[in-house]
Amino acid sequence: MRELWELLVAFFIPGVVGYGGGPASIPLIEHEVVKKYEFMSTNEFGEVLALANSLPGPIATKMAGYIGFEVAGTLGSIVALSATIVPSLAAMLALLGLLNKYKDSPKVKRISAYVRPTIAVLMGVLTFQFFDSSVVTAGWIQTILLVVVSLLLLEKFKVHPAFVVAGSLVYGAIFLS
Amino acid sequence: MNWTLQKDIFVSFFRSSMLGYGGGPSTIPLVYKEVVDTYGWMTEEEFSDTLALTNTLPGPMLTKMAGYIGYRVGGVLGMLCALISVVLPTVLIMIFLIGFLIRFRDSSIVQGMTAAITPVVGVLLLQLTYSFAKKSKHDLGWVYALLLIIVSAVLYILFGVHPALIIVALILFALVKKSPKKEGDQA
Repeated sequence: MRELWELLVAFFIPGVVGYGGGPASIPLIEHEVVKKYEFMSTNEFGEVLALANSLPGPIATKMAGYIGFEVAGTLGSIVALSATIVPSLAAMLALLGLLNKYKDSPKVKRISAYVRPTIAVLMGVLTFQFFDSSVVTAGWIQTILLVVVSLLLLEKFKVHPAFVVAGSLVYGAIFLS
Repeated sequence: MNWTLQKDIFVSFFRSSMLGYGGGPSTIPLVYKEVVDTYGWMTEEEFSDTLALTNTLPGPMLTKMAGYIGYRVGGVLGMLCALISVVLPTVLIMIFLIGFLIRFRDSSIVQGMTAAITPVVGVLLLQLTYSFAKKSKHDLGWVYALLLIIVSAVLYILFGVHPALIIVALILFALVKKSPKKEGDQA
């Protein structure tokens, strides 16, 4: 029971304050799942995130569905998914009239703009954690190599992230095992 | 009961979700194609109104879009069809693939794969960080963007304030602060 309640809270908060769609909620989910409730380590969260990123479809629901399942089975998966989906959808259906009236209001429009710098900070902190954790596991040289090569592939050669993730898995299986 | 309609709702959102890489926001053009071009459930204007609506609310975009459009087109059942087709297939693939990885967690090959994926995830997050920071500068100008970045970094990193509290404070600030006419025009 306690786990289901924790899952509900862990996914309700990112669903309710995560302005800017699913990707914006990634660091918020990490805060609850890794730091607060310690359902998994940063590295495990990274595996989940990498896979969620490589598969099609919305990211937040893939993460909620999987993490819920790992923590508390099928019921956990349903609880985490509902906490992610229901609040904002219910608000949209219930407040339709009100929202229609205010959707062009500059005050409502600027919410996303005001929240975005904070999301950037949370995302930056999370980025640092992954590099830090990588240095501990794989060492400086491998980390720098993997960072530089994947950055080049993604930014300069515009390789699809799914291929970069797949490539790094193959590299790891051969050279880091 | 109009089963063909429910099937169409399911198929259209299934296609958008399975062909959309990079999370909800990148799926929106695919949903547009299905809803406006293929099935004609909404006009272009209605669709952009719906998109504006989903943007006024937090949380993942695609589930809000799917739930709302499904509800409008096919009632409660339509909403469930759209939601299930958007969420369930990809969640099942996740559970299946990670379950497979975890079964071999002790093997050195899987450990090597995990070690190599960590910095790559870091790079993917770095790209997201950069795009959020760049968009902030575009929306607010670099003085305000930098100010908000520094304030939230100090609150979050030094004082350990829960991120949700910072965001709620910003939402209230955005709603309460008087908006000069000029700012409304720029938006």
